[in-house]
Amino acid sequence: MSTFIELVVNGVASGSVYALIALGFVIIFKATEVVNFAHASLLLVGGYLTAVLHDDIGFLPALAAGIAGAAAIGALVELLVLRRANVENHAVLAIVTIGVDIVLTTELTRRIGTEVMSLGDPWQNEILTVGGVSIPHTRIAALVVAAVLITAFLLAFRYTSWGVAMRAAAEDGEAAALMGIRLSRVSLGAWAVAGGLAAVAALFLTVFPTPGLDRSTSFAAMKAFPAAILGGLDSTTGALVGGLIIGLTESLVTGYQGDLTFLGRGAGDVAPFLVMFAILLIRPAGLFGTRELTRV
Amino acid sequence: MANGTLAVRDLSVSYGRAVQALHQVSLDVPAGSVTAVLGANGAGKTTLLRAISGTLPFHRGAVEAGTVHLGDRPLTGLSPAAVVKAGVVQVPEGRRVFGRLTVADNLRAGALGARSRKEIAASRERVLELFPVLAERAGQRAGLMSGGEQQMLAIGRALMARPAVLLLDEPTLGLAPLMAERIADTVREINMQGTSILLIEQNAALALELSSTAHVLEVGSVALHGPSPELAASDEIRRRYLGVTDEPEVVPEAHLRGPVLERWAG
Repeated sequence: MSTFIELVVNGVASGSVYALIALGFVIIFKATEVVNFAHASLLLVGGYLTAVLHDDIGFLPALAAGIAGAAAIGALVELLVLRRANVENHAVLAIVTIGVDIVLTTELTRRIGTEVMSLGDPWQNEILTVGGVSIPHTRIAALVVAAVLITAFLLAFRYTSWGVAMRAAAEDGEAAALMGIRLSRVSLGAWAVAGGLAAVAALFLTVFPTPGLDRSTSFAAMKAFPAAILGGLDSTTGALVGGLIIGLTESLVTGYQGDLTFLGRGAGDVAPFLVMFAILLIRPAGLFGTRELTRV
Repeated sequence: MANGTLAVRDLSVSYGRAVQALHQVSLDVPAGSVTAVLGANGAGKTTLLRAISGTLPFHRGAVEAGTVHLGDRPLTGLSPAAVVKAGVVQVPEGRRVFGRLTVADNLRAGALGARSRKEIAASRERVLELFPVLAERAGQRAGLMSGGEQQMLAIGRALMARPAVLLLDEPTLGLAPLMAERIADTVREINMQGTSILLIEQNAALALELSSTAHVLEVGSVALHGPSPELAASDEIRRRYLGVTDEPEVVPEAHLRGPVLERWAG
């Protein structure tokens, strides 16, 4: 039983980290209708900056720098690449982001090399044990930070002018422009926020029990992709639920791998994608996605 | 609030550099007036508003020649947001309210182009006074309201930016006659409060009743223009837009007593 509780807590914690990534994915999609394949490399930018800077300036300033850096790179991608790509078709822009991803990831893996970098987090490998259930401090921190950030984001999305502009632009870009909403600013803001959230996620993807930031971190980030898709690409609620489902699936399948040997090893890495397929078969627009409505 | 005439001069617009939608269109919306533009489908009425509001790029269109001024301020080439800031706000055809946002949030979205909180509060008060139903439905999703209520919301949302000139694209389209009459009353009311209005309507009778001057667009050019009462009395308008087909023998008489309307080239 205690194993089960551990797995669930771990799953929820990593799920909330996936939710942070998926949320960034969803806001970019909502604001610009672009599927951002460069998201994992934005995350890597944030993680890398934090890893390089924490020795000199301390953990929290380094994390802040990582967040700011990833936000800035996200904004730059929007400003220099997407805004200039004068195409109507959003699928083309999605492919452009694959190019951006390749460029960023190549440069970062070159810099990281074969190292495994620590992000200098204060939790290290300490473990909290309550009634036979052991949970690493890093997981608790992930859960708390993600919950706070997600709540703050959702409140801002709902109540601030920025949020109203985002939602209006997402629903009808032309009508929003007619109301004096600057679409270019909305999309710039979406990319920056998504970058910042990804940088925070980078921290929690690389802390204990993961050895640290290395070139494979972006693969871990890709697990948030099924989270965003199965939740519905245009739904913030979907991103949260999707993140949790993926986190739990991964944690439980990995934890009970011994009972699932017929699947071979490494089922935990595949399971999120299987869940995504299963859900999409039943609900093609994702759990909370908007089904294409046609007015009769 | 009303400052200056909205002046359109020799405006030519094309879509995709191929389809000529407007050809040398000129018209004025004097400060404080209601000016109507009539015309059949495809005559270029909506294109005219897109050109003024700067939303042609959404439809691969571009202004090829001509200018739009508000007072002495040029609007041509400005972004839609800058046009709103300059004081010209459009209520697009088909209402286009943000259906998944609440009524209150729709009004907030309309105020994003405005300046201070104080102004926003004042505009909201004015809008809710004009349309009390919007206050009752504040927390409801806009998509769940009736067509008439959505039209009220669309107009109210545009008024939140305190426009000097309001552009209305087919505000009564698809509404029941009673509701259309109510919308017409509010248009009158808004105008009395000092906002100039450029009204685009297929319902020619209503448009001519509301406006002081009217222009008739035909295949992208102004075919006729003049004071609305005179246009309403003219046979060509009666026959083509008001659906009056009787009294053929009145034709010469009308010519004698009515003013002769000049016909524009094209």
